[in-house]
Amino acid sequence: MPSTAVLLSQAFNGLALGSLLALVSSGLTIILGTLGVLNFAHGALFAVGAYTAFVMMQATQSFVLALLGGCAVMLIIGFAMERLVIRHFYARPDEDQILVTYGIGMVLVEGLRTWFGGNSQRVPVPSWGTGATKLGFLVYPTYRLQLIGIIAALLVGLYLVLYRTSVGLVVRAGIENAGMVGILGIDVRRTFLFVFAVGIVAVGLAGMLYAPVVAVTPDMGASFMVQSFVVIVLGGLGSFPGAIVGGLIAGEIISLTSAFNSAYSEVMLYGLMALVLVARPQGLFGTEGRV
Amino acid sequence: MLSRPLRAAWPELALLVVLLAAPVLLPPLGFSHDLLSRALNWALFGLGLDILFGLAGLLSFGQAAFYGAGGFVAAYLLVSGLVQSVWLAFLIGTLAAGLFGLAVGWLAVRRIGIYFAMITLAFGQMAYFVQNSPLSDYTGGENGIAGVPVPVIGFGASAVRITAGLPMYALLAATFFLGFVLARRIVHSPVGLILKAVKENTPRVAMLGHDVPAYKLAAFTIAALYAGLAGAMLGSFQSYMPPDAFALETSGQLVVQTIVGGVGTLVGPLVGAALWLWLRDNLQLIPGFGSLWKLILGVAFIGLVMGLRRGICGEILHRWRQRGEAARLRAAKARTEAIEAAAALGDAVPPHSPSEVALPEVTLPMPRPVIDGRTAHAEIALEAQGLARHYGGLKAVDGVSFQVRRGSIHAVIGPNGAGKSTLFKMLSDEVSPSAGAVLLFGEQLTGAGVTEATQRGVAKSNQLNQLFLNLTVRENLRVAALARARGRFRLDLLAPVQGRADVEAQVATMLGVLDLGMRAETRVGVLAYGEKRRLEIGMALATSPNVLLLDEPLAGMSPSERVATCALIRRIGRSCTILLVEHDLDAVFDLAERITVLSEGRLLADGPAEVVRRDPAVQKAYLGAAPDEAAGEGTAIVGAMHEPA
Repeated sequence: MPSTAVLLSQAFNGLALGSLLALVSSGLTIILGTLGVLNFAHGALFAVGAYTAFVMMQATQSFVLALLGGCAVMLIIGFAMERLVIRHFYARPDEDQILVTYGIGMVLVEGLRTWFGGNSQRVPVPSWGTGATKLGFLVYPTYRLQLIGIIAALLVGLYLVLYRTSVGLVVRAGIENAGMVGILGIDVRRTFLFVFAVGIVAVGLAGMLYAPVVAVTPDMGASFMVQSFVVIVLGGLGSFPGAIVGGLIAGEIISLTSAFNSAYSEVMLYGLMALVLVARPQGLFGTEGRV
Repeated sequence: MLSRPLRAAWPELALLVVLLAAPVLLPPLGFSHDLLSRALNWALFGLGLDILFGLAGLLSFGQAAFYGAGGFVAAYLLVSGLVQSVWLAFLIGTLAAGLFGLAVGWLAVRRIGIYFAMITLAFGQMAYFVQNSPLSDYTGGENGIAGVPVPVIGFGASAVRITAGLPMYALLAATFFLGFVLARRIVHSPVGLILKAVKENTPRVAMLGHDVPAYKLAAFTIAALYAGLAGAMLGSFQSYMPPDAFALETSGQLVVQTIVGGVGTLVGPLVGAALWLWLRDNLQLIPGFGSLWKLILGVAFIGLVMGLRRGICGEILHRWRQRGEAARLRAAKARTEAIEAAAALGDAVPPHSPSEVALPEVTLPMPRPVIDGRTAHAEIALEAQGLARHYGGLKAVDGVSFQVRRGSIHAVIGPNGAGKSTLFKMLSDEVSPSAGAVLLFGEQLTGAGVTEATQRGVAKSNQLNQLFLNLTVRENLRVAALARARGRFRLDLLAPVQGRADVEAQVATMLGVLDLGMRAETRVGVLAYGEKRRLEIGMALATSPNVLLLDEPLAGMSPSERVATCALIRRIGRSCTILLVEHDLDAVFDLAERITVLSEGRLLADGPAEVVRRDPAVQKAYLGAAPDEAAGEGTAIVGAMHEPA
């Protein structure tokens, strides 16, 4: 049995990883729910976010400016992807959407590899986040605490956009029934463009915020994408609350399991997914009858 | 000229020629024997994906799990010395992968499309982590398993080791060839046809009485077996089993290769793999180009998915077939236009439409229902007992009971929103009732699901056509006729699809009954609307039901088509109990012996047509007027109630 200190610090790690997964998954889930497109380039976009932070940080030496500049870059990528490719795929089968986004992901990852090389890059922890913080019962890296706080604020912001604005109302209505929203005379195309871009910014931000904690490589996003798929299966397709709760559950399972036996940390996550598929196929927050 | 069996086998022959010629002709172009061997290994792996995605329409991003499983089981058995024979290890590895596929598939086929891709990807990743950590004592973790022996043919001094280079090429080519022959047999078996239909319209296949999840699981397991064999051979062929076999990129590469080569062609995976490996091996040699090859391939892949979705082989085959069939397609379309023009003009009898004068009497093979081994003689074919369906507070159907006599034509009518469609869906067990039950010849039908209902003899044709648009008329009817002839599920993978005399006879009869004989080989998507409507009814009828449910069979038809379809229904009614919902009351009173009237989810009237016609409550429900204000005699109300489609 691991000590309480280890368990506590793993619980915090789980919270950090979980909040990150929640942010990645909420980007994935609002695109999936509204546009009906499963974005297989999501992992690549996570890496693009991290590399953007790397480049911006070198140019400006300010993490805050890097985040702002990174958001602008992700917004442009999101707009370009939707306009150039995704838009032509709304009417095509799910499988074609998956294939084309997989292709985009491949191009993005290989583009990063060509540009920056295959070796890992490091993004320094911002000056206001260095060192560790004493929480009384445990000493924990300051930046990771800030990471949890920043992501929580971002998710609250996303919540406010989705649940407190008229655009958000259209998005949520679109998740329920995209056809009906169109019939009501709302220009779904602009909403789709907006939603896609927001989803891309969300995953890009996740990549930027995580960059100081890990080694930045072109392939870093792949495992996050797969985990965010699991989160969506857990939380329910297109459900924003499901993405957040599912993300936190996934993060805690991975971290707490590795306190006992790190070999099983990922396996446990997929085991839970299998369990949910059998017991509640629509996911924790999903509605019966959706695909 | 080639003889018929030889012509039917031309793809096999062509592949054989290519496989024999490749090691001689291709090396100067940069295809070494090693590259060709690796391409064949990928191609064998890809045959499974081609059956799963090309045939059944299920896109899996987790095939690496089975490739790795087959590979590591075989490699472990050989290196640990548990199994001496490499061939036996191949077999065990393949079966292990199949078993793993069965387990993963059992979970994955519950979901379709987006979910299916996500779940397979996730389980693929799970397999990667299982290999990497918990099982690393057996699999070597990140190091993989080195020193996997090559297979040996013969014994003792005369034994021949199949080493890398030409011998290994020969082994892999022979394996791929056998795998290809087998895959083609599967594609042309009843299971293959049913999987094609699943890809086109999954709910309809279930409605016709085929156990859709079981067939999907079969396809998934077949794909896993192919992957397992390829994986098992991989370790032996490179003397090393790499952990990359389990990696996400392996699944991705397989998908890309298969799409680039052409999905659904069975040779596509081979062409795609050869191209991928050739690009990688040769472009890397060009200075400054090394890391760009995958980027270029990615861009080409996006372009292909956007514009040339059929892939290289798929496009070639498509163009080839189109040239051959362009004339036939034009003729078919011209015929469609002629039929639709005739229908629009309101010709009394459009050319070749079914009419009782033009068509001979066709007796349909309608056996008496057999329930639990004994023939049912009950006079009540179908009975609704207090059927109710509530959606929240809305009572769509509220305690409806009525009986349908055997051999009668019975109609259900009612104003819009009366609950007719919901009632029908409960009768065919597509929707489970909130209360009550449906009895078929006195036996409970409710609760077993729509597939079982069809198997027991209740078939339904839909208000909106649910046809397999990319299959021919004959194939559509065959999918339907196979259902009750074969049962819910049967794994006759090697039987030819046209091999059942009873099914072929049934299809021929149906083509005659529906007057679609001239259209038998026409793609259903090309048919005229009226023909599609007839086929929709014919699909349900081809399952040889004891009770046929027709949901608005006349919807959207021209007056002349209505006359023809009514005649068709009357003919069907001589050998089968019919229950229909229809808004065209002229047709209803013309056809039905008994009528059940619903209003606001409740039973309003039920009885012989003449009695119902004069029922004041029925007139009130339709006209919203007091009976004495409405026309007193039945004929007037029928004219007034007529709703044009």
